[in-house]
Amino acid sequence: MKKDIILSGVGGQGILTITSVIGLAAMKSGLRLKQSEVHGMSQRGGDVQSHLRISDGTIFSDLIPMGECDIIISVEPMEALRYIPWLSKNGWVITNAVPFENISGYPPISDIISELEKIDNHIIIDAGEVASRINSPLSGNIVVLGAASPYLEVVSSSSLEDAIRLFFSTKGEDIVEKNILAFNEGKRISEAIIRSKK
Amino acid sequence: MNKLLLCNEAVAQAAIDAGVSGMYAYPGTPSTEIMEYFISSEEAAKKNIHRQWSSNEKTAVEAAIGMSYAGKRAMVAMKHVGLNVAADAFMNVAVTGVNGGLIVVVADDPSMHSSQNEQDSRFYARFANIPCYEPSNQQEAYDMVFDAFRLSEKYRLPVLMRLVTRLAHSRAPIKFKTDKNHQKNITLPDDPMQYILLPANARKRNKILIENYEMVRFDNRLSKFNSFEDGKERRMGVIATGVAYNYLKENISSSENSCPILKISAYPFPKDIVLGIFSRCEEVIVLEDGYPFLEESLRGLLDNGRKIYGRMDGTVPRDGELNPNIVARALGISSNNYTPVPSVVKPRPPQFCKGCSHIDMYLALNEAMRQYGNGRVFADIGCYTLGALPPYKSISSTVDMGASITMAIGAADAGLVPSVAVIGDSTFTHSGMTGLLDAVIKKSPITVIISDNSTTAMTGGQKSQATGMLDKICLGLGVEPEHMRVIAPLPKHHEENVGILREEIAYNGVSVIISRRECIQTAKRKRR
Repeated sequence: MKKDIILSGVGGQGILTITSVIGLAAMKSGLRLKQSEVHGMSQRGGDVQSHLRISDGTIFSDLIPMGECDIIISVEPMEALRYIPWLSKNGWVITNAVPFENISGYPPISDIISELEKIDNHIIIDAGEVASRINSPLSGNIVVLGAASPYLEVVSSSSLEDAIRLFFSTKGEDIVEKNILAFNEGKRISEAIIRSKK
Repeated sequence: MNKLLLCNEAVAQAAIDAGVSGMYAYPGTPSTEIMEYFISSEEAAKKNIHRQWSSNEKTAVEAAIGMSYAGKRAMVAMKHVGLNVAADAFMNVAVTGVNGGLIVVVADDPSMHSSQNEQDSRFYARFANIPCYEPSNQQEAYDMVFDAFRLSEKYRLPVLMRLVTRLAHSRAPIKFKTDKNHQKNITLPDDPMQYILLPANARKRNKILIENYEMVRFDNRLSKFNSFEDGKERRMGVIATGVAYNYLKENISSSENSCPILKISAYPFPKDIVLGIFSRCEEVIVLEDGYPFLEESLRGLLDNGRKIYGRMDGTVPRDGELNPNIVARALGISSNNYTPVPSVVKPRPPQFCKGCSHIDMYLALNEAMRQYGNGRVFADIGCYTLGALPPYKSISSTVDMGASITMAIGAADAGLVPSVAVIGDSTFTHSGMTGLLDAVIKKSPITVIISDNSTTAMTGGQKSQATGMLDKICLGLGVEPEHMRVIAPLPKHHEENVGILREEIAYNGVSVIISRRECIQTAKRKRR
C-alpha cells in the first residue's frame, strides 16, 4: 500500500501547510513517509512543489519517479499541469481553478482548464469562491486538501481533521474551526462532482 | 520517540542529544534550518547551548574551533559555497586538530536550486585530510552525528558531514536515541602547542594529520556506514554514494536478479571494500550526487583498468543532481513513458514580493544611471539579485558574497567611472565591510548602495548583524559623513531618491547610500 503525492502551487500559497497536514495524519496512522520540500529562492513567488510519499513499506527515494505519482494536489491550475510527467496512468489531479497571475504572458485560463480536462481523472474546484463564502479567504489550500481527501485512501478524513486541529492549534480555536469547515466544504464539493460523473 | 523532521532538523536534534555545547552558522540554502532548529528548540534553551548566527561562515568555524579548544563539542553549519569563505579556518583546524569533537556540516546544492555553483564538499574533506560522512537518509544522518563526535575526539580530527539539497529539505520520521550525552566540562588541550601553528609546529602537526587520516579509514565509527549487498548478477556491480543509493534501490529493490551493491556513506575507506565488488563483477557503475569524486579516483589518471561507467563517460549526465529516472536510464532500465508538460505551461521564476523595498531602490537607480548606459552596476547575493530579471534589468554581476563592492573598485580602477555596487545589509556585514575599507583607503570613485531591509531575507528572515548599526559601521570605516546618505525606498520619495542617487554617483570618491525599509515578509511575520 503506497500513495505518491505531488503538491504544487506558487510560493506563499500554503503548499507546505497541506503537505504537513497529510504528513502528520500519515504519521499518526503509523505509516512511513518521506516529504521532500522546496525551500529558498523559489519560495519568492516561484513555482514550488512537495513530493510526499506514504507507504507501509520501506521508502527509498525522497523524489517520486516520473510516471508514478498517484495524486497531484495543486493550489493553482497551471502549476498542476507542470507536474503531468510525474502522473501515473491512473493518477488523479485535484486542483484549484483560480489562477495566480504573477507573471507576464500568463496563458488564458480557458486553455489551462481545457488541458486539465484532457486528464482522465480530474477534479477542478473554485477554492477561492468556497473560502470566501465560508468567510475564511486564506483557507483555499485547505479547501483543495478537502477536495483531495476522498482520493488519499491511506489516510482517513478523520485523521486529516485531527491533523488540521493539531497544525493550527497554536493559532486559536476560530482559525481551527474555519479550516475544518474549509476542509469539509472541499470534501463535500469533490464528492458531489464524483457522484455527478457516475 | 518518532518525530517528523527535515534532515537538517534531525542533524540539529542529534547534536543536542550528543551533548553539543555550541552551534554556529551563517544562513544559506539548503543549510539554514539546522541553526533555526537550534534557535527554536526549547531543549537547546534549557541546556543553555550556545546558538547564535555568526557574521559569516569563517567567523562561525573559528568560534566553533574555540569551543572545541575549550574541550566542548561544537557544530558549525553552512551551505557549500560558505565553506569557501571559511576555508582558511577549515583547512587549518585539520592541522591543529581538535579537543572537543567538531563537526562541520556542509549542505551542497547539486543542480544549483539556490546557488551559484554545484561544488562538491567531499573534495574539501579530502583536501583537508579529514573524514567525511555522506548520509543517504534522515535517520542515518541523525545516527552519524553521534559517531562523528566520538570519531572526532578519538583521532582529534574535525569531521565534515556532507548533505545535499534533496536530503536536507526532506522530512522523515526520526527515532531518537534514549541514551543522551551530557555536555562536556572545560578541559584545555593536553599539548599547549597543539593550536600554535608556527611553521616548526605546523610541520609536526601535519605529519600527525596525515597519519591519522590513514588510520581513521579502518575505524568502525566510519566504516560501518559503508556496506556491501551481494547479488546474483555477476556482470555489473553498482557503487552508490549518499542519496544515490536511494535512487538505485528505488529502481532495483524489487528485481530478483539484483546486482552486487556497494553503498558508500563515509570516507576514507579501506581499499578492500572496493576490491570486493571488483572481484565479483566484470564492470562497475558509479552513482554519485555531485562531482564524479569517487569515480575519478577509481579510474585513476590512465583509466586503463576495469570498465567503469558513470558521469565521466556520459552514462550519467556530467552535471546536475540525480533522481530516480536518471539512475534508471543509467542502469538501462526502461523507465515509464511519461506525458510531457503541456505547452500551455509557462515558466514561473522567483520574483520580488509585492511591495518589496528593493523594487523602489532599483526603479530609482535605473533612472539615475540612465545617462551612463548599461553595465556599471555590480550586485551581490540576496533577494536583490532578482534585479537582474525584467522589467528591472538593473545589474551586471552576482559572483560571491561581497563581490559587488570590490568588483566596482576594480572596474573603477580600469576606468569604468562611475561604478556602482548594490549589496544587502546582511551580505555587507558578511563580506562587504573589508571591501568598503579598501575603497575608502584608495578613494575609489564608486557608489555603494546598501539595500537595507534589516534582515537576511532570502533564507527566511534571520537576524541581520548590521541592524541598527549600519550607519555607524560605514562612518567608522571612514566614509565621509556628507557622502553617506540614507533614503527611504517608497514610491512617494522616488524623485527625491533619484536626485540623491544622481548627486552621489557624480561624486568622484566613495559614497554610500543606505536605502532602508524593512523586508515586507519580516514585517508580516512580526505582525503575526
